[in-house]
Amino acid sequence: MAQERKFKIGKPILEVKNISLSFGGVKAITDTSFDVLEHEVRAIIGPNGAGKSSMLNCINGIYKPQQGTVSFRGQQIPNITPNIMAQMGLSRTFQNLALFKRMSVLDNILVGRKLHTKTNFLEVAFQLPKVKKEEKINRDRSEEIISFLEIEDIKDTPVGKLPYGLQKKVELGRALATDSSVILLDEPMAGMNVEEKRDMCRFILKVNDELGTTMVLIEHDMGVVMDISDRVVVLDYGKVIGDGTPDEVRSNQKVIDAYLGVEH
Amino acid sequence: MMKPVFMTYTKKDLINLAVCMVLSVLVIPSFITTEYWYTSILIPWLCLALATIGQQIVMGYTGQLALGAAGFMAAGAFAMFNLILRVPDLGFVGSLIVSGLIAAAFGILFGLPSLKVRGIYLMVATLASQFFIIWMIDKFGWFKNYDSSGIITAQDIVILGKPFTTPLAMYFVCLAVTTVLTLLAMNMARGSTGRNWMAVRDMDIAAESMGVSLLRTKVQAFAISAFYCGVAGALFAFCYLKSLEPVAFDIKLSFKILFMCILGGLGTINGAFIGAAFILLFPVLLNAIGNNVFHGAIDATIISSIEQVIFGGLMIIFMIYEPLGMAKLWENIKQKWKTKFPTMNIKNLTSSIGKKS
Repeated sequence: MAQERKFKIGKPILEVKNISLSFGGVKAITDTSFDVLEHEVRAIIGPNGAGKSSMLNCINGIYKPQQGTVSFRGQQIPNITPNIMAQMGLSRTFQNLALFKRMSVLDNILVGRKLHTKTNFLEVAFQLPKVKKEEKINRDRSEEIISFLEIEDIKDTPVGKLPYGLQKKVELGRALATDSSVILLDEPMAGMNVEEKRDMCRFILKVNDELGTTMVLIEHDMGVVMDISDRVVVLDYGKVIGDGTPDEVRSNQKVIDAYLGVEH
Repeated sequence: MMKPVFMTYTKKDLINLAVCMVLSVLVIPSFITTEYWYTSILIPWLCLALATIGQQIVMGYTGQLALGAAGFMAAGAFAMFNLILRVPDLGFVGSLIVSGLIAAAFGILFGLPSLKVRGIYLMVATLASQFFIIWMIDKFGWFKNYDSSGIITAQDIVILGKPFTTPLAMYFVCLAVTTVLTLLAMNMARGSTGRNWMAVRDMDIAAESMGVSLLRTKVQAFAISAFYCGVAGALFAFCYLKSLEPVAFDIKLSFKILFMCILGGLGTINGAFIGAAFILLFPVLLNAIGNNVFHGAIDATIISSIEQVIFGGLMIIFMIYEPLGMAKLWENIKQKWKTKFPTMNIKNLTSSIGKKS
């Protein structure tokens, strides 16, 4: 990235130390450590079954690793649950889309505003003035995100009826609505055509650039990854085999071997 | 989507509400004079619609398969009886709210399994509420004030010193309570509370990742649902049955409310009213057909069997072709009309038919 960035890459915001995760006898992740710096775009790549999604699920608290720790802003988090991580300021999207299918696009994104909603159900039932005020703020923010993602014309459509590419966009929108400082993107471009991929890249970079949101993404398309990320960590068989800038990773022999295969 | 003009309501909602209010407050009382309509149709319709809203909240909105609405209704009804008997200072409205809260406490207790089990297993777990509450009332004489006859007469309804004993007066009591609670339910369903419920229903792991607490949301839905059922049960006993007996709140009533919920349309408030009206009126209609078309040639037992057959068939048909029930069917018909006759002003037409939403 040649041009000057509004948000300079800072100190580590997310640190993963010595994570090991196994399902029964199958080791998904073995003693893996890496960090994510504030305001950077960090990619996690690796062949199928390398443990990338499992890694995100450990960070987010869906899986509980047998060993290792996750620290957020230098603070080690003892009992990670998705809820606690959301409150710390970490949001995510899912590999196989986890949208609220029967709700409209706007409502899906509004759910992302949950942590900015402080009123309880009684206040909502009686529509007290502060509920209306809060709802207006949340709706305005959601509308902003909708126009940012250029999906205004589908905002009242139930998400389940949308094509895959748009659903991925909505999921990004929902993650953005949380105003989190870190967003984990699990294969945001899987199953998209070239044009949709380019769009998605543009949004990811724009978010990172304009809001300074730290992005951690998993992606298969090497070209895309090398273009948009600041640093890349490469996993293979649940172990880190490379970590550094795209150029460093590209020239790393272990990475080349993992991707192209080696003669034994 | 239309912009809300008042709170969360669009102009169309306000027109619908006004039409419903005019219909129910002015038109019905001045045109319907037979007591039968109030005591056997309108009052139970309002009570059961209220209970169905309760079932909607937990099943239609939060997606928790629960089957025990009648148990919570029994809790509300007997709480009401005891509150009026033992704490007369509370007054009718106060007692109604407190009996709802007592039912809500049961709702929290029996909603806790929803954190661990789901689907059909949760349905079986919530059946416990049905049987436990009825058993408790039968077992401990205190709840029935040691009445040995088995059927207790409900006390007269007195609000602010005025008795409400005529069918029309009781209809207005039910109407007032149902209207207020329906509006509150709609506010919740359309606001952030409802969004949390639906998020848990559609994808719980994503909801949790957005900061929605599964524990709080599910338990809250069960509590609110049981509150609605409790109030509905109290009204059911005091305005419709005018007596209190645990058998009136058996599993059959729970199933009836479940059917109302599904046929009306899961996840809609107006569906509760449509479903309740259908299930209440359908047997009446069949009887009328039996008497007037066939002049009693068909035995009454056969008619009630036919009723069961048709209900069963309809349930299956709806589950396959329109899982979102009659409310959705109604929406579709309106949509078709709109596309077929774009020049016609459909708005006037639909609001004159008036839908309770």
